[in-house]
This record gives sequence, structure tokens and C-alpha cells, in this order.
Amino acid sequence: MSDKRFRLSHGTLQLLLSAGALLIMLGAIFHVQPNAMSYFGFTLLFKLSMPLVLAALAQMMLILLGDIDLSNGAFVGMVTCITAVWLDPSPGVAVIAYLAAIAAFVAMGWFTHARELPSIIVTLGASFIWLGIAITVLPSPGGTVPGWLTGFTGWRPPLLPMPIWVALIAAAVSQWFLMHTSFGTLLRATGGNARAVQKAGWSLSRLRIAIYAMAGGLMVASGVLLSGIITSGDPNVAPSYTLLTIGAVIVGGGAFVGGRVSPIGTVLGALTLSLAGSFLSFMHVPATWQIGAQGAILFLVLAGRVIVDRRKLA
Amino acid sequence: MSALTRLAPWTYGFIAAVAILIIMMVASGVGSLGSVLSTALIFGAISVVVATGQMFVIATGPGNIDLSVPAVLTLSAYAAMTAAAASGGSALVGLVVALGTGMIAGTLNYGAILALRLPPIIATLAWSFVFQSVAFNFGGEATLKPPAALAAFTSFRLAGVQIMPICIMGLTAVAALTLTRGVWGRRALAVGQSEAAAHFAGIRVKRVRLVSYVLCGGAAGLAGYLLAGFTGGAALNMGDTYLMEAIAIVALGGTSIAGGQANAVGIWGAALFFNLMGTMLNTFQFQAGMRFIIMGALIIAIVAIVPKPKVR
Repeated sequence: MSDKRFRLSHGTLQLLLSAGALLIMLGAIFHVQPNAMSYFGFTLLFKLSMPLVLAALAQMMLILLGDIDLSNGAFVGMVTCITAVWLDPSPGVAVIAYLAAIAAFVAMGWFTHARELPSIIVTLGASFIWLGIAITVLPSPGGTVPGWLTGFTGWRPPLLPMPIWVALIAAAVSQWFLMHTSFGTLLRATGGNARAVQKAGWSLSRLRIAIYAMAGGLMVASGVLLSGIITSGDPNVAPSYTLLTIGAVIVGGGAFVGGRVSPIGTVLGALTLSLAGSFLSFMHVPATWQIGAQGAILFLVLAGRVIVDRRKLA
Repeated sequence: MSALTRLAPWTYGFIAAVAILIIMMVASGVGSLGSVLSTALIFGAISVVVATGQMFVIATGPGNIDLSVPAVLTLSAYAAMTAAAASGGSALVGLVVALGTGMIAGTLNYGAILALRLPPIIATLAWSFVFQSVAFNFGGEATLKPPAALAAFTSFRLAGVQIMPICIMGLTAVAALTLTRGVWGRRALAVGQSEAAAHFAGIRVKRVRLVSYVLCGGAAGLAGYLLAGFTGGAALNMGDTYLMEAIAIVALGGTSIAGGQANAVGIWGAALFFNLMGTMLNTFQFQAGMRFIIMGALIIAIVAIVPKPKVR
């Protein structure tokens, strides 16, 4: 205890862990393929991380509340379908559909809390609804996305590649909002101790609606970006998002107890998990073992948490 | 309404299943009912096996859930079919291998939860990736044929009555007795209600939880074995539909998702309801999208209507 000043905080250590995992994988990739260490290489390696980062932040908002979203992947898939069908020919309809989707997501969250239902079951049921709507809107993968959208996702901004900019901005904004504003503090308190917030005179249902609305908005943004990258819509494009986003939040130091999440950690977690796929290809891991190796990477990153937690107890 | 709320939560699945049967009878006559019911019984029985395993895990407390079930189911089916073929088509060898694979998977799941202090959702998810990969390397894209004796058993009828679902009903009875009368069952529910209280009462919490994950893995293995027998072999993705559905069935069957309260018999009602529902939406030729929407809305509606199971 005497060297407390020189000891990093628990949260910082967890961030260093995810960052370390990311750097180790990048190092290995550059060792095998030095050409990847370039503006273009980074763009390719992290291209698919852009939508995942936003979807992971949406998942984080619900885990912050002590809930969990098993419909994350289906919702993002539905947004890609709306985008591919309407955004190009009639942007107005698309915007209304996005708003309706967010409203439906908020209604789901409000209903869950009003009836005190387990969010794991309600979001599970909702995932079927989002998938059903997606298939009704766009029965088979396809459609078109407007040129400006593909232009945006393929844009080469100055200094840093696009995915890195997206990750940096998402991490900075969400960290500032959740950790350094009074409203963010209030939201964290809602997850940590809802009764105390209520006793202090705040409307819990309004705060929860705000959280669900933000999560819905983030998932819409994620789906729009994703359809820009794949230049189409697909109801089943992102089923893995549900589990990857939960993984990203936990790898990033979040916990299921409510009120304990880290925005920067979540962004790092999403980057780590989306890089894992490219990493395994670069390592020449056979295709049939790649998904198993992803599980192993998840374990390795999480094993670091045990060491961090030990230090905290020591 | 007051009469409705007095019904036990686990009866709702049965009531909904009977309601669907009546609707189908009115719509397409009594004649088709037999085949509809027999299909629902077979697939319902397999859902029941998976859901019963999941119920044991969920009953041991908040946060406990096994997301590796589909992967374990597929892996066990592949391992069992391979072993059965290697031993000259012995269905018994296949059964032992299926159960063994599932139980080892369950042990690995709880091992990771304990050793790495992970939330079960994450630990079982990471293992499911690994199991999936192993299953993929076992059989690749090929379908592995089941031994003849197993295929015959899963569709065997005695005087027009299918034997396989009857056997599973026997297993449900055993599971129900384990929960209400068995020492381990009572301990599992106690752990689910309050881990701390159970610990101070002298219950070895970790051992109880380990057994629940091993049972869940074994159940997934058995389901994979039976499904492979009935559908003509082990195939990749054969387990995919059994994750979300099983969790919904457990909840509709009267088990509290927060743990500490479980019902094995109610699982049958919920499983029949789900399978009949699928058949009905098919018969009425709903578009695929509409089928999903109705299914999802029903899951939410039923969870909202069913009174919360009370912890005794």
C-alpha cells in the first residue's frame, strides 16, 4: 500500500491489457508482412472494425444499465436492409425508417423495465422481430447504397486511415460523454444504483429511455457504415455482432453488474476482436481452425484480467 | 383475469400448445392432426433435452447460462457418428461418446469460468468457438451417417406410439424428481437463490455449479446424438437453432431466469408450443419475415403475461 502513488489504477491496467493484445497481434502481422505497416495496410486491416466499434458502444450502453442486448446483430442487419432499399432512391423514407427503428428499440427497453422482465429474453424475442422486418424489407441480400456513402466509407482522410479516425473519435467522444459530463455520471449511476438515482429525484424511465435511444442511434450508424462497406444490405450480415460486441465490452474491462463499463476499453476490445480474424489469416492458421483460434485469443486476453485482479487484491 | 393469474407459470406453455392444436384442427381438419403432433413430439423431445440441460445451469443463479450448447451439440454428434462408424455401426458406442464429449465440454466450460473468473456468458462463448472449430475439422462439410440401430430407434413406433419422445418424458420425470427430491437438485436451487447463504449452509457451491454445467453438456451431447439419428446424420450448423430457442423454452417453461427456481415438466409444454407454432406458421403459409416477427412478438408477450415464478 505504501507505493500507492506509483501504482496504476485498476481500470488503466485493463486498458493496457487490451492495448497490449492489439499491439502484439499488429507486431506479429507486421513481422510476417512488413508491407501491412502502411496507410493502406491499416485501412484494410481495420476496415470492418468501423461498424463493430459503434455496435460495441451500443452494447456497452445496455450493459452499463445492467441489461444485455442479444438483438444487436439482428438490429444492425435490419439497418443495412433499410439502407440498401431506401437510402438511395428516397432518403426521406430511409430517415423515417431509421427513426422508427430507434423508437421500436426504445419501446422494447421501456417495456422491459416497466414490466421488470429479464432483458436477455426480451432482446432475444426482439432479435426475431428485427430479423423478420429485415427479411420483409429485403428478402435476399442485395440492393444499392448511394455513392456518397461508399465514398465516405472508402474515404482516405489525411494523417490517419479512416478506421483509425473512427475509432479515435468514437473512443474520445464516448469517454468524455460518459466519464466527464454530469449527464454521463447520471447514466452510470442509473446502472450502478438505480434506487439512489430515483431517491435523488430523477426519473428512471426517462434516463433508461435516453440510454436505449443512444444505443439505437449507435446501431443505426453502425448499420449504415456496414452497408457502405459491403455496398449492399443483408438481413444475416451481422449475427456474430451480438456475441462479438458483448465480448468487446468485457475484454474492455466492463462487467455485467451494471454501472461498470469503459468506453475506451470497449473500442479497444472491438478493434482487438476484429483484428483477430486478419491476424489468424496472416499467421496462416488453416480456415477450419480460425474460429477456434479466435476463441483462444479471447481466453488469452481475458486471462490477463485475472492477473490484473490479483494485483488489485494484493 | 384473477383465475388466469392463479395458474402456475409452467402451465402456460401447455395451454398455448393446446390452443395452437385447436386452431390447426379448426383450420385444416382433424385428419392432419396426427402427423402434426407426431412431428412436434419428435422435434419437441430434442428441444426438451437441450432445454433441460440449460435449465440446470440457469437454475444455479443469476448470470449462469451456457452459450456453447449449439457447438457442443454439433461436436458431440460428429464425434459419436465417427466413433459409431469406427466400431462397426454400434449405436451404444455412439451414445457413450456423445455423452462423454458433452460432459467433457461442460467441465471445460466451468473450468474456464472458475480459473479465469469469467462471466459464464463469455467463457461458454469462447469455448463454443473452439468446439465449433473442432467439429469442423472432424467432418468438414460432409454429413456423417448415423448407425442403423440409432436411426431405427428415433423413428420406432410401438402400436403407433413413438418410443423416443416417451423415453425423453421418462428423463423429464427423472429431472423433475432430481429438482424436487434430489439432494443435488435442492442444493442447486439453494445456490441459485443465494450463493452466500448456500455457502454458509455448508453447500460446496463450486461443485454444485460444476455438476450443472456437466449435465448441460451431457444433455447437449444426447440431443446431438438423437438429432443426428433422426435427421440422417451429423451436419454442421445442426445445433444453431437450439441456443436461443432453448433459452426461451426454459423461461416459458416456468424457470426463473434469475435462478433459484426451476421446473422440468413445464419445459415440455413450452417445447411443444414452439414446435407447433413453427408448423402452424408454415401451414398457413406466412412469409418467412412475418413468421419471425410473430415468433418474436409471442416470446415477448408470453414472458410479459406469465406471472413471475415465485421463489419458494
